Amino acid sequence: MRALISQRLIILAVLALVIAVLPFVFPSSYYFRVASLVWVSALAAIGLNILMGQAGQVSLGHAAFFGIGAYAVAIGPAHFGIPSWAALLLGAVLSAVLAYLVGRPILRLKGHYLAIATLGLGVLMALVITTESGWTGGPDGMPVERLSLFGWRVSGSYTWYWVTGGLLLLGTWIALNLDDTPTGRAFRALHDSEVAAQVVGVDVARFKLQAFVIAAVYASFAGSALAFMNGFINPDQAGFIHSVELVTIVVLGGLGSVVGSIVGAAVLVTLPQALTVFHEYEHLLLGLIIIVSMIFMRNGIVPSLSALLSQRGRS
Amino acid sequence: MKSKVNLKVLMAAGVMGLGASHGALAQDTIKIGSVLSVTGPSSFLGEPEDKTLRIYVDKINAAGGVGGKKIELVIYDDGGDANKARTFATRLIEDDEVIAMVGGTTTGSTMAMIPVFEDAKIPFISLAGAIEVIDPVRKFVFKTPHTDKMACEKIFEDLKKRNLTKIGMISGTDGFGASMRAQCVKVAPNYGMQILIDESYGPRDSDMTAQLTKIKNTAGVQAVVNPGFGQGPAIVTRNYAQLGMTNIPFYQSHGVASKSFIDLAGAAAEGVRLPAAALLVGDKLPENDPQKKVVTDYKQAYESATKQPVSTFGGHAYDGLFLLVEAMKRANSTDPQKIRDEIEKTKGFVGTGGIVNMSATDHLGLDLSAFRMLEIKGGDWNLVASGS
Repeated sequence: MRALISQRLIILAVLALVIAVLPFVFPSSYYFRVASLVWVSALAAIGLNILMGQAGQVSLGHAAFFGIGAYAVAIGPAHFGIPSWAALLLGAVLSAVLAYLVGRPILRLKGHYLAIATLGLGVLMALVITTESGWTGGPDGMPVERLSLFGWRVSGSYTWYWVTGGLLLLGTWIALNLDDTPTGRAFRALHDSEVAAQVVGVDVARFKLQAFVIAAVYASFAGSALAFMNGFINPDQAGFIHSVELVTIVVLGGLGSVVGSIVGAAVLVTLPQALTVFHEYEHLLLGLIIIVSMIFMRNGIVPSLSALLSQRGRS
Repeated sequence: MKSKVNLKVLMAAGVMGLGASHGALAQDTIKIGSVLSVTGPSSFLGEPEDKTLRIYVDKINAAGGVGGKKIELVIYDDGGDANKARTFATRLIEDDEVIAMVGGTTTGSTMAMIPVFEDAKIPFISLAGAIEVIDPVRKFVFKTPHTDKMACEKIFEDLKKRNLTKIGMISGTDGFGASMRAQCVKVAPNYGMQILIDESYGPRDSDMTAQLTKIKNTAGVQAVVNPGFGQGPAIVTRNYAQLGMTNIPFYQSHGVASKSFIDLAGAAAEGVRLPAAALLVGDKLPENDPQKKVVTDYKQAYESATKQPVSTFGGHAYDGLFLLVEAMKRANSTDPQKIRDEIEKTKGFVGTGGIVNMSATDHLGLDLSAFRMLEIKGGDWNLVASGS
């Protein structure tokens, strides 16, 4: 038990340290921007990982919730005069409610059916955002009013680096703690065997639904953060490709591993930036790196590496 | 043990962000940036733009550069993703330290990048279509392609000449189609146009007979207008012929102004009219046309270098690059502020898209004469003589 707690604290401390130290080595604010994108993607991925890695359910439409969060902070202030911070919370509530309503029937589905149902949800959301151009600005997107808190206007890559970094720390802390609660244990039981979980008295449908709602709220916050950071939002962020990207981050980093989600996000966000040097071969190399890492690190980067290292340590 | 692993991995992840190479900053070059959608769904726009910029920067450098300094071009591919475009925009300014930007293939990516360039006070010449880019006018943002509003006006002008005032519309729901549809609806009353029926289709739909049948069955429709780009309009055109609607005049937009549209739509494209830039009919322009030389030269240069047919999209990049180069020559400086001032003072610049006269209130500088009304005959573009 003691070991568990300290491990959690170490992860958080290391993450905080990395966030605090990176600015000293960044040569320009472009790096702050890329790092902020990593934090935001990681936040969404940690949420999705609770659903995928811990509760063992696939969502191929997760960008829908990311989109709700993003458009909530865009539409709320622009059309209803709601303050930005309230729109942020409203987006999270909306995401949670939608996840609850939609999750109730579709989480009864299994395997491919669940994947298809969530895929449908994602496509529908992207379609609504694209066609309701009176509200959303249509396919070209819409501007987002800057977030201001107590008269302080939150803008600039530097500021957002700290805000998103803080959000990520908070999200990581919650996810790590969740692991060790009855809910977290129920999630893991679900992941290992639904039948066994049911037999020992876990309310399978309820816990699946809980995981789905938690994941939706994470994505919503990440979406809002990105919208504020960019000052502009378009339907790509709610689209299918973005859903796939989130799933890729989770799988690449390691299912069920919170640190894995952060590492996965770091790889998937920074790699395309680093590969621009190769211009025409950029996509080829990106694909190749992902394929190779999936072949040699089947459980994801973090679980595979830690297994390898602990094996070395023992022998 | 386990915690140690996590630490290592996290550090590795952090360091990865620094992996991007830091280009050496030479004093004797002028750095111009560009973010284009060279891959992805908008690659048919971005690819010719990318090639055009590379061809002409090489040409300019071979001829001695601008004011004795060579141009260094930094191009990033956003893959059609506005969020990526924005990151690259930050990179161009913060890391590459460019003094100006010619790029932004789609309206979505342009709109996402505008705040970055406005904040940094770096001139940004966009290659995107929609009018939102320059309306309202932003101090550092310019653009070269005609707006969708102008395309609507040109079509309505032609309809008015033919005494047709009751129209049906069928538009794509993609960015281009939706934006142009909105502009058409807005300017229709100015030309006395009545839109009797307004249909739409998704960018990936493969059959539009249902929408067209509705238009066909609407009494009094004298002409049909189809704002859209990509494959959609070609399918609409085919369906239009299949339903035997060719007796009703049919208008496409400048969004289909490439040879591939005629190839895709085949014989069904006969008689379709559309507004397009002079570039498409360069060889058919009269000798005294002021754009004749520019468009034939560009066509020749592009086609001999790439062995591919020229498109108007690459032409937008040509216009953007030379607007910038001319402004730099006049300013005789690489100070972004001075370059911006000179771009705004552009008068009588002859580009592939038209003759550009910028002002403090007009950061596009084209008028309706920049568009030519074309009709497809015998599988090729033909100029519609004015008054017919």
